[in-house]
Amino acid sequence: MAEWVEVCDDDEIDVEDVIRFDEGDRSFAVYRDDKGNYYATEGFCTHGKFHLSDGLVMGKQIECPKHNGRFDITNGAAVRVPACVDLQTYPVKVEAGTVFIQI
Amino acid sequence: MAIVVQRRDYSLKGAESKRAEEKGLASAEWHASPIPRKTMKELMKRKDGPAIRDTLIWFIGLIILGTLAYMSWGTWWAVPAFFFYGLLYTTPGDSRWHECGHGTAFKTQWMNDVVYHFASFTVLRSATPWRWSHSRHHTDTIIVGRDPEIITARPPIWKILYMQLFHLYGGPIEIKRFILHTFGKLEEHEKEYIPASEHHKVYREARIYMLIFLAVIAACIYTGSILPAMFVILPTFYGFLLVLTFGVTQHLGLYEDVLDHRLNSRTFYTNRIFRFLYWNMNYHIEHHMFPMVPYHALPKLHEEMKSDCPEARPSLWAALKEVIGALRKQKDDPSYVVVKPLPVTAVPYRYGPNESYPTRSEA
Repeated sequence: MAEWVEVCDDDEIDVEDVIRFDEGDRSFAVYRDDKGNYYATEGFCTHGKFHLSDGLVMGKQIECPKHNGRFDITNGAAVRVPACVDLQTYPVKVEAGTVFIQI
Repeated sequence: MAIVVQRRDYSLKGAESKRAEEKGLASAEWHASPIPRKTMKELMKRKDGPAIRDTLIWFIGLIILGTLAYMSWGTWWAVPAFFFYGLLYTTPGDSRWHECGHGTAFKTQWMNDVVYHFASFTVLRSATPWRWSHSRHHTDTIIVGRDPEIITARPPIWKILYMQLFHLYGGPIEIKRFILHTFGKLEEHEKEYIPASEHHKVYREARIYMLIFLAVIAACIYTGSILPAMFVILPTFYGFLLVLTFGVTQHLGLYEDVLDHRLNSRTFYTNRIFRFLYWNMNYHIEHHMFPMVPYHALPKLHEEMKSDCPEARPSLWAALKEVIGALRKQKDDPSYVVVKPLPVTAVPYRYGPNESYPTRSEA
């Protein structure tokens, strides 16, 4: 059953930025968009298996650092080739200044 | 006594492809110079301004040179006029194809897409297949059996390089591909890196290209002159000189089968005109290591990471001399590569996926 896992303090992720979060053998990317909202997806690009935490957040999109494929971080949709397969997304909440994701 | 050297199999479906996978070289982790995240975010920032400015200069330059070429047609002045028109048609065509394919030249994506398609046609590259081919080139840069964009094998095939001075090797291959794509077919190696969901785009683009070809041929027949083709299609042949010149400096004479762009890519300094035409791709190590950094930020990226890189070659001429010297040596010793020492501040070269990986490419 999915459980909420603590990621970091809410100010550890800048607006329009992303961090890597590893839990066991799984890896995630946790984002803030241009409005300061938080989102989470699986960590590796579905195209080239490079970690998205080195990528660039622009508005509500993340660009993969290796091949410049893009995803919508709000729903994981692949929006620019070479990314063709959507990312898995995860619910995020912020409580008392701490970011949690449900995995 | 003549030395007979066995060439490796550079095809994407041959023994070398399997070998690269077995050695852990396919889709592997590569060296990245340490750059603080905050700095990298600044460098990766997208802008429309520089690319709009450069695109306007390009188009205005084409109109001016095109007008001069048209007015001089029938005189000897047409020779230099078309020479420079061809260079300006094809050289930025190649670099704009490249940068807009990465989606980094403009901040606004539709601008990247429009210029990408226009530029693809100027260098006769099928837009979608080359987008995927280039993606593979970045995943497996100069990994034999994996990278579809290795210019020539080792030892070098000089005939290909000479023919490419006028795009006479790659150009006809591309035209044959357009015809194949027009009829809804792909070459076998293209199926290796173009996903099925993209095939319909390949066929549609080829049909548009063929319509343009037919329109230009019809215009030539109607006017009874080759002049229309001198402005569209033929410049990609007679104006290809700088595309090849810049292209050979990127990777030739350097390592194959390594996981470090400092070993298989070359950076050189050059003047502002060449940097405009080439869109700063003379910073080629930097581009390969961090392809998200747009062309206009590459000089700054170079400053950030040069303490982790071999010294840049001082000029285009110096880079070319190095390439030609290495290719001549590879004729007898295909494993010969140019290796530049790293500064003491640098992270050591990453030759392969583990410590036991050989430090010189195998023939």
